[in-house]
Amino acid sequence: MNSNLNTIRDLADREYKWGFVTDIEEERVPKGLNEETIRLISAKKKEPEFMLQWRLKAYHHWASLEKAEAEPKWANIKYGPINYQEITYYSAPKRKPSLQNLEELDPEILRTYEKLGIPLEEQKLFAGVAVDAVFDSVSVATTFKDKLAELGVVFCSFSEAVQKHPELVQKYLGSVVPYTDNFFASLNAAVFTDGSFVYVPKGVRCPLELSTYFRINAAETGQFERTLIVADEGSYVSYLEGCTAPIRDQNQLHAAVVELVALDNAQIKYSTVQNWYPGDKEGKGGIYNFVTKRGKCLGVNSKISWTQVETGSAITWKYPSCILQGDNSVGEFYSVALTNNYQQADTGTKMIHIGKNTRSTVVSKGLSAGHGQNTYRGLVKILKGATGARNYTQCDSLLIGDRCGAHTFPYIEVRNSTARMEHEASTSKIGEDQLFYLRQRGLKPEDAVSMIVNGFCKRVFRELPMEFAVEAQKLLSVSLEGSVG
Amino acid sequence: MSLLEIKNLYVEVDNHEILKGIDLRVNAGEMHSIMGPNGSGKSTLAQVLARRESYNVTRGEVSYDGKDLLAMKPEEAACEGIFMAFQYPVEIPGISNAYFLRSALNAIRRHRGLDEVDAMDFLPMFREKLKLLDMDEKLMNRSVNEDFSGGEKKRNEILQMAVLEPKLAILDETDSGLDIDALRIVAKGVNSMRSPERAIVVVTHYQRLLNYIVPDFVHVLVNGRIVRSGGPELALELEEKGYGSMEAGARQPAPA
Ligand SMILES: Nc1ncnc2c1ncn2[C@@H]1O[C@H](COP(=O)(O)OP(=O)(O)O)[C@@H](O)[C@H]1O
Ligand SMILES: [Mg+2]
Repeated sequence: MNSNLNTIRDLADREYKWGFVTDIEEERVPKGLNEETIRLISAKKKEPEFMLQWRLKAYHHWASLEKAEAEPKWANIKYGPINYQEITYYSAPKRKPSLQNLEELDPEILRTYEKLGIPLEEQKLFAGVAVDAVFDSVSVATTFKDKLAELGVVFCSFSEAVQKHPELVQKYLGSVVPYTDNFFASLNAAVFTDGSFVYVPKGVRCPLELSTYFRINAAETGQFERTLIVADEGSYVSYLEGCTAPIRDQNQLHAAVVELVALDNAQIKYSTVQNWYPGDKEGKGGIYNFVTKRGKCLGVNSKISWTQVETGSAITWKYPSCILQGDNSVGEFYSVALTNNYQQADTGTKMIHIGKNTRSTVVSKGLSAGHGQNTYRGLVKILKGATGARNYTQCDSLLIGDRCGAHTFPYIEVRNSTARMEHEASTSKIGEDQLFYLRQRGLKPEDAVSMIVNGFCKRVFRELPMEFAVEAQKLLSVSLEGSVG
Repeated sequence: MSLLEIKNLYVEVDNHEILKGIDLRVNAGEMHSIMGPNGSGKSTLAQVLARRESYNVTRGEVSYDGKDLLAMKPEEAACEGIFMAFQYPVEIPGISNAYFLRSALNAIRRHRGLDEVDAMDFLPMFREKLKLLDMDEKLMNRSVNEDFSGGEKKRNEILQMAVLEPKLAILDETDSGLDIDALRIVAKGVNSMRSPERAIVVVTHYQRLLNYIVPDFVHVLVNGRIVRSGGPELALELEEKGYGSMEAGARQPAPA
């Protein structure tokens, strides 16, 4: 076998650099899930009655689904049974973080974020990025709060929002992803413990990138966070999320829900760099990432844009979608999904065109290496009233090596004859000729692969805020890094 | 000691013997031309020297700059100063020509223990070489070879050579597909690269390039063997009599 192929295979030998465990005291509720667990979580969070009732309804719905068929079976992924009674649904650092003051935060947690490259001290942060840090089940710190408060922007943990802005929470919670939406969304609605909440008032252009950094630390816990972002009329916000987890042999479940609401003329840009622990080279361990993300362009001329770089997790199951309800609203989905070793990803988007002259763009770049299996699944639906709707979809797959797979399932439903649809798709392999060309110019094989991959993903990286585009590029290189013989 | 010394080289591709005992010496400062019909093994020779691994060397030795070239990987050979202009340049979508070339230059400079060149310093030298090859500045920001015309691709290869300043440049059919004006420009670029420290090997199956680039030596490759070597006049003889005259038993040219 020639060594280009070897090189490509060696790329499977990457290491996960965020896999350490932080030693802190935790408070947990007992393993397992029943009505009592829900009541306990809700009580711990001192929630108003409407929250408890909503959670209970979600729980009963979920329990009926669990009885019937458990997880949905249509995705192109394989995994053993998940025992929902073996999971801990609430785990929080014992030392109660004060939401006012970083000094009261457990120094171990501060160090953890430091180590992850996310310092929480405001003076060390990227200028222009406010961070909410979620550690296991709870939000531990939110930075730049005062600066945001001056503008009326609410950026806080979900728990805090429930206490301080119950009317907003009650109005929008479940309005985009109802608790009946799907198995994992029901589970999340029942047990979610924290997450981020953003409200941008009328006419405000949020001057900071808002960012949440999710960290799973505790063993045998699930992480179920919920994010709700509401952009009021004429406002703009850019939001970023990042995630990592320690290396563990056991699979851990992450089932998050994100809901976005854009009112008239509002814009939300939501970017994700997902780097949960992917499992080891043999496919042992890793996060099961079952996530429901959806945005509703409720108002006219509103816009929601999803950008995701998915490099981690043993299993990724997520379809950030847009409901284009307001006339002239715009939905975008830009995605890079990488699967290496034994990772599996089934990801894509749904663009539901309801309003007139709604437009959507879908750009998906799937990268498969090692034994990775990468599936794009997309739905573009043009409803009867969506006169003049347009969609452009581009869906490319790149195979690195000869043991991985790429699959695409594009679905199109058009009920209005004025719709214009464009679809482009390609599957290619990193060719021996491309590698040889770059190596003949002096580049090492791993640098050559990284260059080809970054070129392939460029259209998506362009959509990320600058610092994060650089991070994403590095992350891809690291995710493909290996010893080269 | 010669810069490049090939001794009794035998090469197979997919179990076909393609090169059947090549001997060749190239000294620094010299320009050699290797001519031969399609399918005679010219590209095979060029690619073996650039260390393409799908070519299997079954016998023989190659020394380059006193080192065993056959023990080098492609990137090592490149960093040691070997450059090949590809007969069929490869496209790298999404990577700008300027970024690619600067990365290559810096890889080579790192190997030699030199400082890397940043984008600001790189730009002026890149512009100067673009001008030499009469190339549009827009090519800097376009993806490597993507949607380049055939002629642009070939010029882009010479541009890379001009920036990377190799010790041994092997140009594989850089003249094919060029119109007469482009041919002149490419020849100008190649001639400007001649220097006492550098050797250039021009692979071609047409004589017409040699009207603009005058080699010191011409070698005729037929059916995997060098059947004749001589001065520039050999090219003219070939033009007149054809390859058939060079070796009675020569194979009919296969489509390339
Ligand atoms: N992969 C391959 N398998 C079998 N034969 C090959 C392969 N690649 C090239 N050849 C053959 O090797 C011979 C030499 O090819 P090449 O070196 O490209 O010739 P030239 O450059 O002189 O036209 C040709 O007959 C060609 O068909
Ligand atoms: Mg050839």
